[in-house]
Amino acid sequence: MNDAIKQTIAFVKSKKAAARITEPLPVRIILTSLALLFVGLFLVVPLVSVFTMAFNKGMEVYFASLVEQDALSAIKLTLITAAIAVPLNLLFGLTASWAIAKFEFRGKYFLISLIDLPFAVSPVISGFIFVLLFGSHSLLSPWLEAHDIKILFAVPAIVLATVFVTFPFVARELIPVMAANGNEEEEVALTLGAGGWKTFFRVTLPGVKWGLLYGVILCNARAMGEFGAVSVVSGHIRGETATMPLHVEILYNEYNFTAAFAVASLLAMLAVVTLAAKKFVEWKSSGRFTPQLNTERRESGSSGVDL
Amino acid sequence: MSINIVNISKKFGSFEALKDINLTINTGELVALLGPSGSGKTTLLRIIAGLEYADAGEILINEREMISRKIRERKVGFVFQHYALFRNMTVFENVAFGLKVRPRGLRPPKNEITGRVHELLRLVQLESHAERYPRQLSGGQRQRVALARALAVEPSVLLLDEPFGALDARVRIELRRWLRKLHDELHITSVFVTHDQDEALEVADKVVVMNAGRIEQTGGPEEVYDNPASPFVFNFLGAVNIFHGRVHDGCAHIGSLKIDSREHVDVPDTMVVGYVRSHDIDIGRTATGGSSIPARVRTIHRVGNIVRVELLPDDGQGAVEAEITRDRLNELNLQEGEGVHIRPKKVKVFIEDYQI
Repeated sequence: MNDAIKQTIAFVKSKKAAARITEPLPVRIILTSLALLFVGLFLVVPLVSVFTMAFNKGMEVYFASLVEQDALSAIKLTLITAAIAVPLNLLFGLTASWAIAKFEFRGKYFLISLIDLPFAVSPVISGFIFVLLFGSHSLLSPWLEAHDIKILFAVPAIVLATVFVTFPFVARELIPVMAANGNEEEEVALTLGAGGWKTFFRVTLPGVKWGLLYGVILCNARAMGEFGAVSVVSGHIRGETATMPLHVEILYNEYNFTAAFAVASLLAMLAVVTLAAKKFVEWKSSGRFTPQLNTERRESGSSGVDL
Repeated sequence: MSINIVNISKKFGSFEALKDINLTINTGELVALLGPSGSGKTTLLRIIAGLEYADAGEILINEREMISRKIRERKVGFVFQHYALFRNMTVFENVAFGLKVRPRGLRPPKNEITGRVHELLRLVQLESHAERYPRQLSGGQRQRVALARALAVEPSVLLLDEPFGALDARVRIELRRWLRKLHDELHITSVFVTHDQDEALEVADKVVVMNAGRIEQTGGPEEVYDNPASPFVFNFLGAVNIFHGRVHDGCAHIGSLKIDSREHVDVPDTMVVGYVRSHDIDIGRTATGGSSIPARVRTIHRVGNIVRVELLPDDGQGAVEAEITRDRLNELNLQEGEGVHIRPKKVKVFIEDYQI
C-alpha cells in the first residue's frame, strides 16, 4: 500500500467520524416527537381548550359575557393598570439601565440585584408586602385614614403591586444592550457639540429602541396577566377591584365556565399577540443590530455588566 | 491652533496614568503620541478632548484655558479607533450630526448643511455612499466617515485615537498616507495616538514617545530614530541588539570592541550597555582590530530581499541579529555554523542602570 492510498483512507475515516457528530435518524425522530408532544400537551391543547370552552355555547353567549358590566369594568381596570405600570417601568428601566451600563458607581451591583428582586420573590409575597404597608394594622394606616386615602383593596394597591411585579422587565432587557453599545457614540456626540438631552434622544435611545420595545412588550404582558400579587391586594370586589385574571377566577368559582373562558380567551389572545410582537422585534433587531465590532472593543471600553 | 499641555497628571485609583506631562503642539502640526499600551497616550488625548478629567495641570488650546470648559465648547474633533459611527444613521446623517445639533440661532440652513456634508464626503471620497448605513461600509470607509464627521464642525484641533488600529495592514498604510495628504491640504492641528512606530515615523511632523505615564522624547521622526534619548526609545523604535560592557575615560569597551563615548568622559569606570540596530550590523570574514566581535552563524532567515542572520558571539553574550541584504549574503557566501566577525556600524552607549 502506498502513502497516497493510506492518506485517502485516513481522510475517508475522518469524514465518517465527522458525520457521526449528528445523531442517527431514529434518535432524531424520537427526540423531536417528544419535544413536539410536550409542546402540544402543555401549550397547544390548553390554548385550544380555552377557545373551545369559550365558544361552546355559541358566539352570542361569548360576546355577551365580554360586554357584560363586570367584565367590561375588569377589562377597563386591567387597561388602566397597564397604562400606568408600563410607562412608569419604562421610565425606571431606561434610567436604571442607563446608570448601570454607562457609569461606574458604588452599590452598582447591589442595585442590579435589587432590580431582580421581584423575579426572586413569589408574587403572593409581593402582594403581602403592600398589605403589611397599607393594611389596617400598619404604621401608615392612621395617617391614611385621617386623610381619607384608600390604597389597599382599591385601584392604587393594584397599580402598586403590578408596578412592583413588572419592575425588572425593561431594565433587564436594556442593561446588556446598553453595555454592549458602549459609551463611544455618546462621547462623539458630545465632542460634536450635542448637549446631554440631544445625545440621549438622538444617539442613546435610537441605539436601544428594539431592546426597549421588547422589554415593554414583556412588561405589558405581565402587567395585564398578573394574578398573585394583585389577588392579595385587590379584595376581589366585583366590578370594582377585579382585573381580568381576577374576574376569570370569580366567574370560574361561580361555575360560570363559558363566561370565565370567554374572558380567559382575551388573555390568551393577548399572549399570542405578545409572542408575535416579540418574534417580530427579535427578527427586526437581529437584522439591524449585529453589533459593529463587539469583539474588538477597546480594552478600557464598555463597563461590561454581566447579567 | 496651538495646544499647550502644562503639568498634567492623572491617576486611576493607585495607577499613575500620567505624571506631570508638559508638551507644546504648534499650529498646523501633525503630532504622533507613540507608546506601548498603558503608557498614558490615550488618556492624554482624552484629557485634551475633555472626555477625561486631569487631576492636576492645564490644557490651553490657542492660548485659552480649557479645563473648566465643557466638551462641546472646546471645539475638538475626535476620531475613535472603532469609528463610533452612529449606527442608526446613514453616512450623510452621521456627517451632518454636528451641524444639526447646533442651537437654533447658530444652525446653518438646511441646504447649507447638505452642501457642506457633500463637500466633506467628496473630500473623503465617499460621496456615492451617502445613503448607506455604517454596517454596509468597510473599516477604511467607516474611518473616513468618522473623519468627515469630525471635520464637519470645523474643529480647532483634530484628535485621533489609534485611527488605523482596527484596519488590516494594507488599508492602514493607504489610509495613513491619505491622512498625511489631507493634513497637508487642511493644515489643521492634529494629534494622533498610535503604538505603531512605522505609522508615527512615516506620518507625523513630530513624534512624542511615551512610556509609563511620562514623555521619553519629543522630536522629529528622524531625530527620535537616529538619536534616541533613552534605551526605551531606542528599543521601541525598532529591533535592537544589546551588548554589555564597561566605560572609562570616555571609551566604552564591549568585548573586543572599543567605542568612542565622549558623553561619558566624566563617568568613573561603570557598566554600560551598547545598543545597535539590526541593520547597523555588518558581517565580515576577517577581524578588524577594536571594531569587530568574533561570532558563529546560528541561523539564516531570508525574508524577501532582507536576510536576518542570527549570530552567537564567542564571548558568551546573548544572540545578535543582523539584517543584511541578499546581495551581501551572496557576496559573503555565509553558511550556518560558520565562524565570522560582527561589525557594528553604529553603537549607542547608555549607562547600565537604565532598564528596558
